[in-house]
Amino acid sequence: MALTAADVARLGELARIRLTDDELAHLAPQLDVILESVASVAAVAAADVPPTSHALPLTNVFRADVVTPSLRAEDVLAAAPAVEDGRFRVPRILAEES
Amino acid sequence: MTADVLGYDEALAAFDPVLGLEVHVELNTASKMFCGCANAFGGEPNTQTCPVCLGLPGSLPVVNATAIESAIRIGLALNCQIADWCRFARKNYFYPDMTKDFQTSQYDEPIAFDGWVDLDVDGETFRIEIERAHMEEDAGKLVHVGGSTGRIGGAEYSLVDYNRAGTPLVEIVTRPITGTGAKAPQVAKAYVSFLRDLMLSLGVSDVRMEQGSLRCDANVSLMPRGATQFGLRTETKNVNSLRSVERALTYEIQRQAAVLSGGGKVHQETRHWHEDGGYTTPGRSKEQAEDYRYFPEPDLVPVAPSREWVEQLRGTLPELPAVRRARLQGEWGFTDLELQDAVNAGALDVIEATVAAGASAQAARKWWLTELARRANEAGVELGELAITPEQVAQVQALVDAGTVNDKLARQVIEGVLAGEGSPADVVAGRGLAVVSDDGALSAAVDAAIAANPDVAQRIREGKLQAAGALIGAVMKDLRGQADAARVRELVLARLA
Repeated sequence: MALTAADVARLGELARIRLTDDELAHLAPQLDVILESVASVAAVAAADVPPTSHALPLTNVFRADVVTPSLRAEDVLAAAPAVEDGRFRVPRILAEES
Repeated sequence: MTADVLGYDEALAAFDPVLGLEVHVELNTASKMFCGCANAFGGEPNTQTCPVCLGLPGSLPVVNATAIESAIRIGLALNCQIADWCRFARKNYFYPDMTKDFQTSQYDEPIAFDGWVDLDVDGETFRIEIERAHMEEDAGKLVHVGGSTGRIGGAEYSLVDYNRAGTPLVEIVTRPITGTGAKAPQVAKAYVSFLRDLMLSLGVSDVRMEQGSLRCDANVSLMPRGATQFGLRTETKNVNSLRSVERALTYEIQRQAAVLSGGGKVHQETRHWHEDGGYTTPGRSKEQAEDYRYFPEPDLVPVAPSREWVEQLRGTLPELPAVRRARLQGEWGFTDLELQDAVNAGALDVIEATVAAGASAQAARKWWLTELARRANEAGVELGELAITPEQVAQVQALVDAGTVNDKLARQVIEGVLAGEGSPADVVAGRGLAVVSDDGALSAAVDAAIAANPDVAQRIREGKLQAAGALIGAVMKDLRGQADAARVRELVLARLA
């Protein structure tokens, strides 16, 4: 199942990465090779081998419900490109009332 | 802004509504879901954040054990199965309410699933099937600046407070609810109200809708009466009170009915409820299906609650509201209507305590739902906030039962207790309220009334017993109401027999 330029364009959209047609043509076959390589794992994994999501054989790692100190607001906001009223200021989210 | 709507009865004559309710409950843990920042409402902006809830590189989340316990207890209370093993997942999206560009949630492995609750609405029982209850984290809070409405559309820019980011949430999702007919909005309201009571009795959430700790997204679609194929649904957000759950669904049913009756199509979309105007408007339009690219959260290991743990948590469940109501109704011998009145008045706790203090259930019901309900209403407070305890109400009734005061005087005793004049006994003594039970004094008053009303007395002698009321009234007036009217009546009739 070959990855098409349209698939890569859609992924770029979802990842908020703008790609030119040239880049799409260049990237699609490369990504396709990576997918094929990973897919070869499926060929050796029998039905009784579940997909691995975690490398560690651990479950139930919890912490007690205890409050610990937070960062100071001025330190947190110092990393922000823009600040107003103690809040992060972000650009317009929707262009107009839809 | 308001769309065309069809009359409600007309809409329901043509269409069957199908509901789907998604309720988010913010848990009242001390700390957040994956970090130790305080989980508290109303702090100064961005004072409850850390590298984990800000999604800074290199930070690692760790699950709050109490949040898991609360989620399991909620699942058990909703008659759900509890997963043997489940994972968190990343729900990827770009939106400034989360700095991580994903929300940690659960996808196809919810911690609780396949539950149900039975609701009683106007004497009819509706079974609501619970598809799942899963864990996730809340997002930050946005304030939209500029534009006329304070809404996102038309705003010039937005401001973000991440104090709420990472607050533990449990999202409870129903299966499609059919067969409610015209009662659909009432059933939805009853369901949210049930969840509110349940969360309170479990002690897992403050469930304050106005503060957003209980939020309901209300899905509804219409299909022609008798059809089985569901119509396209809308999802209404910003429904922030029990009353608006009912109002918003009523509106959506009428709006969709008008669209469909006019030959149009309902758009599958998110809509925004406007509490003041009582209508919905389209929200973010979804041109294509959302693609959140869920995948298992690699930074959190799976949650595998042992069966021992689950059973131990089951043992901590309080008596659930429906069970308690059934038990109390049996113990008290209330009719359905009497019980419903008590529930609606929020009087179960105070009646139960008054009965425990020795009063009969009917006497407790009478005082709390009439005299005390009136006074609570006047003062704009809940029954439990009145300056009279259930024990004192039981003492008032004991005074009535002992014949020390009659009902009218008992109301004055209550007034005295509420005014801070001490215990019911103190008020009786302080105000001199005890009825005249000395037969000598009563007889003298009866004789005086007969002497003053010879015509009335003659009619009673002739057998017109209903005339006795005039003489009883005269005696009660003479004794300033401090007599047992039944005893006065006995004396009057005995004297004139």
